[in-house]
Amino acid sequence: MSAHGHAELTHEHSVGTTRLFSIVWVWLLLLTAVEVFLAYERLEVHLMITILVGLSLIKAALIMSYFMHLRFERLGLFLLLVPAMVFCICMMLIMFFPDSIRLMNLRPH
Amino acid sequence: MSEAEFEGIVESRWSGGASPFAINSKKLGMWLFIVSDSLTFSALLISYAYVRLETPNWPRPFEIWPAIAKSSFMTFVLLSSSLTMVLGVNAAFKGDRKKTVRYLIATIIFGIAFVLIHATEWVTLFGEGVTPWGNPWGVPLFGGTFFGLTGLHMLHVTIGVAYLAIIAWGFGKGKYTAEHVEVSGLYWHFVDLVWMFIFPMVYLLSVNPK
Repeated sequence: MSAHGHAELTHEHSVGTTRLFSIVWVWLLLLTAVEVFLAYERLEVHLMITILVGLSLIKAALIMSYFMHLRFERLGLFLLLVPAMVFCICMMLIMFFPDSIRLMNLRPH
Repeated sequence: MSEAEFEGIVESRWSGGASPFAINSKKLGMWLFIVSDSLTFSALLISYAYVRLETPNWPRPFEIWPAIAKSSFMTFVLLSSSLTMVLGVNAAFKGDRKKTVRYLIATIIFGIAFVLIHATEWVTLFGEGVTPWGNPWGVPLFGGTFFGLTGLHMLHVTIGVAYLAIIAWGFGKGKYTAEHVEVSGLYWHFVDLVWMFIFPMVYLLSVNPK
């Protein structure tokens, strides 16, 4: 996802070293450990789901950027794939949120 | 198309035209499949969230021990398989066939371990009367969403194991190129990525509150 040039392309696959991938792996494990700890503490559900989805999005971004190599691809590929996917998921959530908020208010506390 | 011509297309660096993304067609195809498959899983996860929300007595049956401990270990196994996969892809591009195959076999073993642990969990649940169409808590939708989501994911892992086995065999024989390994890696990492959403949404949010 950076400036172009022949020299860079030939080194395209040496950007990720064993050390880098191991660091990403350790981060993913740490974030998972935080998630499990939150479950162990039995946080309140609304707070819990907010934190869990946030952490999962960070983990997904790490996997896509480093393991799936997207960080080292051209920006064009990222722009082709990710915004369309995010848009489609938002369209699904449009069906979800109005009802969920309504149900939350209807339910006796 | 010969290998030389193929390389030529991949390496064209002018913007637009034959190779606007500077990747081969296999890789672009896999990426497009991953985007569409991620929408399948999104739809399932969102419909799960929806039925869970509108069911007031939705069960939260999982104890920290053994259910959460087991699924946490499964997460560890899957994340580790992603690490061996990415190291395998790196070795493939360095031209080290032996090392690549070894890493791929490690990935396959992790994948099989994941499926086996998952299967024992399912068998335990069946034993407790939790099936896709009914359970002791009187909320059949729990089984429907739980087994639907984890089942589709398990199917992906199983297909992935077979896919990697074919790639490892072919790459060891010199039939396949490093690009084949990389594309199979994309698929495998995607399966890992999906679990990063299923694990918290299905397991961690269903921890027994008591």
